[in-house]
Amino acid sequence: MSEVSYIDRPNRTLAVYAIAYLLFLYIPVLFLPLFSFNDAIYVAFPLKGFTTKWYEQLFNNEPMFAALLNSVQVGAVTATVSTLLGVFAAKAVTRYRMPGKNPVVGFIMLPLVIPGIIFGVALLILMSRLGVPLSLYTVTLGHIIVCVPFSMATLIPRFEGFDKSIEEASADLGENMFGTFWRVTLPMVFPGLVASFLLCFTISFDEFIMAFFLSGTEPTLPIFIWNQLRFPQRVPGVLALGTIILVISFAVVFFAQWIRNVGIHDKTKRGM
Amino acid sequence: MSSSDPMISIRSVAKSFGPVRAVEAVSMEIAEGEFFSLLGPSGCGKTTLLRMLAGFETPTSGEIFIDDQPMSSVPPHQRPVNMVFQSYAIFPHLNVRANIAYGLRKQKLPKQQQNAMVDEMLELIKLPGYGDRRSHELSGGERQRVALARALIKRPKVLLLDEPLGALDKQLREQMQLELRALQRSVGITFVFVTHDQEEALTMSDRIAVMSKGRCLQIDTPNRLYEAPSNREVAAFIGTINFFDASIKSVNGETANVDAGVLGEVKAPVGDGTFASGMKVLLAIRPEKLSIESKKPKRSAHAVEGVLDAAAYLGERSHYYVRVDGIERPIAVSAQNAHRMLEGIDDQPRPVWLSWSSDSAVILDAK
Ligand SMILES: Nc1ncnc2c1ncn2[C@@H]1O[C@H](COP(=O)(O)OP(=O)(O)O)[C@@H](O)[C@H]1O
Ligand SMILES: [Mg+2]
Repeated sequence: MSEVSYIDRPNRTLAVYAIAYLLFLYIPVLFLPLFSFNDAIYVAFPLKGFTTKWYEQLFNNEPMFAALLNSVQVGAVTATVSTLLGVFAAKAVTRYRMPGKNPVVGFIMLPLVIPGIIFGVALLILMSRLGVPLSLYTVTLGHIIVCVPFSMATLIPRFEGFDKSIEEASADLGENMFGTFWRVTLPMVFPGLVASFLLCFTISFDEFIMAFFLSGTEPTLPIFIWNQLRFPQRVPGVLALGTIILVISFAVVFFAQWIRNVGIHDKTKRGM
Repeated sequence: MSSSDPMISIRSVAKSFGPVRAVEAVSMEIAEGEFFSLLGPSGCGKTTLLRMLAGFETPTSGEIFIDDQPMSSVPPHQRPVNMVFQSYAIFPHLNVRANIAYGLRKQKLPKQQQNAMVDEMLELIKLPGYGDRRSHELSGGERQRVALARALIKRPKVLLLDEPLGALDKQLREQMQLELRALQRSVGITFVFVTHDQEEALTMSDRIAVMSKGRCLQIDTPNRLYEAPSNREVAAFIGTINFFDASIKSVNGETANVDAGVLGEVKAPVGDGTFASGMKVLLAIRPEKLSIESKKPKRSAHAVEGVLDAAAYLGERSHYYVRVDGIERPIAVSAQNAHRMLEGIDDQPRPVWLSWSSDSAVILDAK
């Protein structure tokens, strides 16, 4: 008798499919690091030789660092605000009976399916009508609209995943609403909060369309990169930058995935 | 509070969820230190009533008093009651110790005293050394004990328990019934215990409220519920019982004489309701109150002849089903197996005699 159950048994077809899919997905991406170490301006085979000079140039690139800082700021504010809004929305959606709940949730989730360009143009028109000057603030606003649905989608399963009698037990044992939220709800959804924050940050960090319409004189990193691509001699520098971002993004996304599942499936102890 | 006042007074409390009338005008009083059970089939409103006591649901009408205080404007976290949830609701992000100590925060006790109290609780629930475990490292029975300790450490005036033994296997369940009852006696706290298991309610409770479809049918001691049910539904819900159509001949205070067709004229105590001569009623007799013999009994108040239809051997007792001419359903009889029956039970169809004494039947309203 086999030790593993039917569902856990290895499946060759599925494994082949998974590998093919991953190759399709990541081979183009692998050209980025490959050419970022290539000693030539043009992105073409054959490779010319190994160099780290594109990386060295990057570290002396003042405008690039300014753009990076802009993106980090926008990302941090977007992630914080979206996650906060997401927590309260997710709690309301999963815990309270309210009239018209489904249409409201539908509207909040709409940016998931509406093309960014439509939101971008709409916000641009709104801002100019209101006379609000375009700046990193307007970019942040656009990013929050994009990110709240992702935050909610990350957090709702977290809230649905625990029995509401756990919150009632806290009230029963003498905690008011805030005490219960602080001592029970928050620690239990905490991994979801971290996952939501990281997800929103990465979305904002590489968001282009909203930033394209809504940024003023200060570019975010994707806008900066796009501007660079018009100059052939800057392309290898962009590849180097892209490689660094890729590595960091991978690390962040894996961490987010891992923390999202903490406490839901496994029995990992959390020092909280 | 004077000693005669009830601990809990529920005054015509009703609760509707939209069109669903979960509880309808229920009134009951529960005394201090009582082990009081709410018994009824699933969906009859037991949990809803309990949640109104805890403050998680607001009555649509009526008022609940706990310790003479009206509860309508008191939120759950300020009520002098604690609850053991059906799912136990152990905080999964805290260990057993922190779970038990959860409700102590507001009391601002020194750490040392708090630890001593938790240790005492761990002793009480017989889980010393389990303090560092988490919810997922506990069995169902252990979780149930932690939920109990977490509530009891608050020294509530009333402990509410929603089918706390429902998730346990039969053996553990029976053991926990005894332990819970002993615990209630030793701490002296009023228990309101919800169950759908009549045997459980009968063994544990001082008094039981039998509920059905949101209404309260009878509130009484286990003995009286079984021996003197006040209406047809309670009689049918608690244990098994034989009903016979009858009509009143004369009423004499708490007893009446009825004409029960082939069973002849029977005298028996009456349940709830008003009875008058000529009224159609039900004569109800428990299976174990009937004796079955092969010859006509000499000295019994009431006896009738029938034919054995079926029999089942159940170890300590046997069940017999007897057909009597003029009565539609076979009559159920339960008899102790006082003698060894190594050859098995004799279920050959044969004439038998059933007999009972006059105080073992009850007369109930036919409705
Ligand atoms: N929150 C609710 N919303 C709507 N209906 C409910 C709610 N809670 C209970 N009910 C209904 O009220 C009735 C009584 O339920 P409940 O008190 O849970 O019964 P019990 O605990 O005796 O099984 C059921 O018909 C149930 O469907
Ligand atoms: Mg229930």
